[in-house]
Parts: sequence; structure tokens; C-alpha cells
Amino acid sequence: MSALAAPPSKRLLKGNEAICLGAVAAGCRHYYGYPITPQNDIPEYMAAHLPALGGTFLQAESEVATINMMLGTSASGKRVMTSSSGPGISLMQEGLSYMAGSELPAVIVNISRSGPGLGGIAPSQGDYFQAVKGGGHGGYRLIVLAPHSVQEMYALTMLAFDLADKYRTPAMILGDAIVGQMKEPFVASPYDPASTVEKPWALTGCAGRERLNVKSLHLKDNEIEVHNWRLHEKYERIRKDETRAEPYMLDGATIAIVAFGTAARVGKTAIQWARKEGIAAGMLRPITLFPFPRREVFELARKVDVLLVIEMNTGQMVEDVRQSTPLHDRIAFLGKPCAMPTPEEILERIRLLAGRKV
Amino acid sequence: MTGDIIMAGFGGQGILMIGNLLALTAMEEGKHVTYFPAYGVEMRGGTANCTVVVSDEEIGSPVVGRPKGLLIMNGPSMERFLPMLAPGGDLIINSSLVEERQVTRNDIRLLSVPADDIARNRIGSRQMASMVALGAYVALSGIVKLSTVFDCLPKVISKKYEKFIPLNVNALKEGAALAGFHA
Repeated sequence: MSALAAPPSKRLLKGNEAICLGAVAAGCRHYYGYPITPQNDIPEYMAAHLPALGGTFLQAESEVATINMMLGTSASGKRVMTSSSGPGISLMQEGLSYMAGSELPAVIVNISRSGPGLGGIAPSQGDYFQAVKGGGHGGYRLIVLAPHSVQEMYALTMLAFDLADKYRTPAMILGDAIVGQMKEPFVASPYDPASTVEKPWALTGCAGRERLNVKSLHLKDNEIEVHNWRLHEKYERIRKDETRAEPYMLDGATIAIVAFGTAARVGKTAIQWARKEGIAAGMLRPITLFPFPRREVFELARKVDVLLVIEMNTGQMVEDVRQSTPLHDRIAFLGKPCAMPTPEEILERIRLLAGRKV
Repeated sequence: MTGDIIMAGFGGQGILMIGNLLALTAMEEGKHVTYFPAYGVEMRGGTANCTVVVSDEEIGSPVVGRPKGLLIMNGPSMERFLPMLAPGGDLIINSSLVEERQVTRNDIRLLSVPADDIARNRIGSRQMASMVALGAYVALSGIVKLSTVFDCLPKVISKKYEKFIPLNVNALKEGAALAGFHA
């Protein structure tokens, strides 16, 4: 590993930069991208550091080119990453579908901004559906991780590489402008791979062995159907083994927030305030958005009076919450598209739900 | 010590610089801290703002709806942010550029700091205005120690400009003195 991989001491670091440190620590030496706010710190860092580590930084002519360069790099067995935001991620969907179909690992970072269309640069969680429901054509899933702190931007990027390799599938970091732009004290923990995976499928030159083929085209009888069922079985394994969620102050909770990323972060402050007022509030924070923590939500819904789903959009993850429990009358929603709810707003809703006068 | 502050002014006044310096200082003192800058369209002459949250406990939200501190370096920022300041909160204004009559609230603690005038006349560089204001805020709020801010200056000022560190120290001291604090 490089000297960059394990700087010993605490430092004040931006979320976007923590993603870069995590990627480099995990052995990623290839990055392609195209500039877009609010993630430009990532290509800036990679441009400054990857060439010196013997890697490749390339500013592509577009995000369409970026994702296809990633396909090629991944097919050769190398770890590869890109980052972008809403509009750029949309341009990558065709290539992402090809990578999922070809079963190629890669890490795609979406530091989301407001949409649809060119939208704006305000923080948003409006890309949830695109990230967790497939995004491109043909029916596939990405592994989607949602960090809520600078430290987690680092750790989950390393995990994303490991999971992508383990399951031979692209993994996405779904952040937003706030967790990307904020700075926090950060300590670089050493890279401890969740699993080490051989890549016997990698195209490394066929001298002395049979030719290999990496592709998403299947024209023979039945072949594509078999392929789809195999992918399905893989996604079911991911659901079973890779679901991650953080329970926060759920002991005795009667009101449980369900939120991810920045919305969860703000929700934690509101919970601390609510607890001081004697309201038993807590949180279940999905860390993996695909796989979604269905069982955790199902069990939580049976224990609490209210599940308060908070999102920086008009209601997307709330659909997965509804799918996870039949107790729909316990689900409340607080949405704020393209803006961050303040802790004050969340506390006000918690008070209302607790039957307090405000 | 727990506190939060929004700092705002023109791009180029050094708002993000002093916010970053305050956050770094808090970290050096072993506190939890978050620093969130406005991003994207900021440039010289535009507007810039940042939010710093300091706490002895783990910090939830890096953004605040009702900050306990507000540092205002120009007129347009006053209109936007003054309504947000928590009752009883600290308001530091750069009275060289912001008129006191713009302060339309009396439920807050106001400290007027002629930051540009002090920077130009007593430090010799108008660029030091934001440091004067930071010195005043640190002294007024006690959120971190002024001496730790001095210690952190070399970490935010590049080698190329390190000869200006003493100027920055003087600027911070001038600001602190206005808050009745003498380093």
C-alpha cells in the first residue's frame, strides 16, 4: 500500500477526499471522470495522486465514455472508480447495465444534487430510485452504500470495492452534497479487506491458457433466461448476507426515524433533543440501501408507535419501508426535496407525533 | 464548550478560511467539530458562507437552523442570516461594511467590529479583516482558546505565505481586544 493509505494522525478532512483515501487504500489505481458540482474534489484529488502511484487519472470526454472505460479496466481485473452527480450518473446508466450484465465489479460514487434535469447544486436524495431499483435497462441491481459521515465515506468506499469484487457487480456510494462537502476530524484506519477474491475471469492475455470472454450478450437458446436467474440468485444472496443498518437510541423507542445519509445525520440531533424532552425517539439508519434492511424495518415496526421516514426528496425510500411492513398506518413521512431538513423541523414533527403541543 | 456559528460575507473576504481555521482549532483541542462550506458558485465578489459546529459530544447535524453565533462581514449577508440567529445569540458584525442600523433585532448580543478599518490601519493589510472578526468571535464566545488558534495558523497558511503569520496573530489579537480579551 502507498504511504497515503495510512496517515497516522487525526486530521480535518472533507467527505469527498475521504472517498479518495478509501479508494487508494483499497488499491484502486484507476479513475475516470468528468467534472460536475458537488463532487469535483474527487477528480482533483485523483488527478494529483494517482499518476504518482503508477495509476491512471483520465478526464473523459463525457460520462458515457467514463463508464465504458471503467468496463474495460474492470474486465482486465483492476479496481476502478468514477464519481459524478445526478446528470452525469444518468449518462452512465447504459454502461452500468452492461457492467451488471457482464458481471464486472466497479465503484461508482454519486454525490447527489438536485434534479430532475440539470436541477441545481443543492443537496438532494432524489436519486434513490435510480440507485436502488436498477437505473439502467434490463433488470439488475447495484449494491448501494449510504455513508453519513466523513469517516464512513472512507470505510464504505473500501467496503464497496470488496463487495463489488466478491459478487462481481458494480457498487455505488450514494452520498449527497452535504456529506461530500463537509469536513470532520478523520483518522485513516488501515485497509482490512472483508474478503480477498481471485479474478480467474479477468482478461489478462490468453497466452498459455484458454481464451476468456466477458460479455453481456447472450443469443443462444435459453442462455439469457438462465443468466437472468443466476443474477437474481446473486442479488438474493446479497440481500441475505450483506444488509447493514445502524440502530441508534432504539431502546424503548416509541418513535423511530428511518433515514439514510445526511437526513439521518440531522435526525440524530433531533433525537437527542427529543430525548431531553422525555420523548422516546430513536432511529434505524439503513447503511445499505440495496440490500434494504427489510427485516430490521419489519421488526422495528412491530415495536414502535410510529416509523418516521425522513428523506431529502418527496418520498422514495418510504416505498421500501412500506414494502417491509404491513403496518402502514404506523408510517409517517417528512420530505424536503433539494434541501436539508433542519433538526428544528424534525423535532417539531416528532413532538406532533408524540402528541405534544407545539 | 458547545457552540455553532454561521459565518458569511463576500467571496474573497476569507470566510471559508476562518471557518476552516476555527474547525481545525476545535479539533486540536480534542472537541467534536463539523465544518460545512457553501460550495459551487462562490467566487470573489460573490457570497460565501460556512457553518461550524463544535461540541464535547458526537455531532449530529452539520447544519443549524438557529445558530448561537453569527459573524457577518457584509451587508447582503445580514439580511439573509440575521433572522436565523438564536435569541440571546452572539452577533459579530464587520461595522466597516455593515451599518448597525441593519441590526433589526434587540434580543441578541451585538459586537460591532470595524474589521476592515482595523485591518487596514493597524495591521497594514485589509485582507486581515476576517481574522480580526474571528479573534472577536473567539474571545466573545470562548468556544476555543485564542492561543490554540495561533498554533493552528501554520496548518492553514501555505509555506509560501508563512511570513504573514505574525500579521494574522496581530489581527486575531486586535479582534479579541475588542471583545475585552487581551492575549
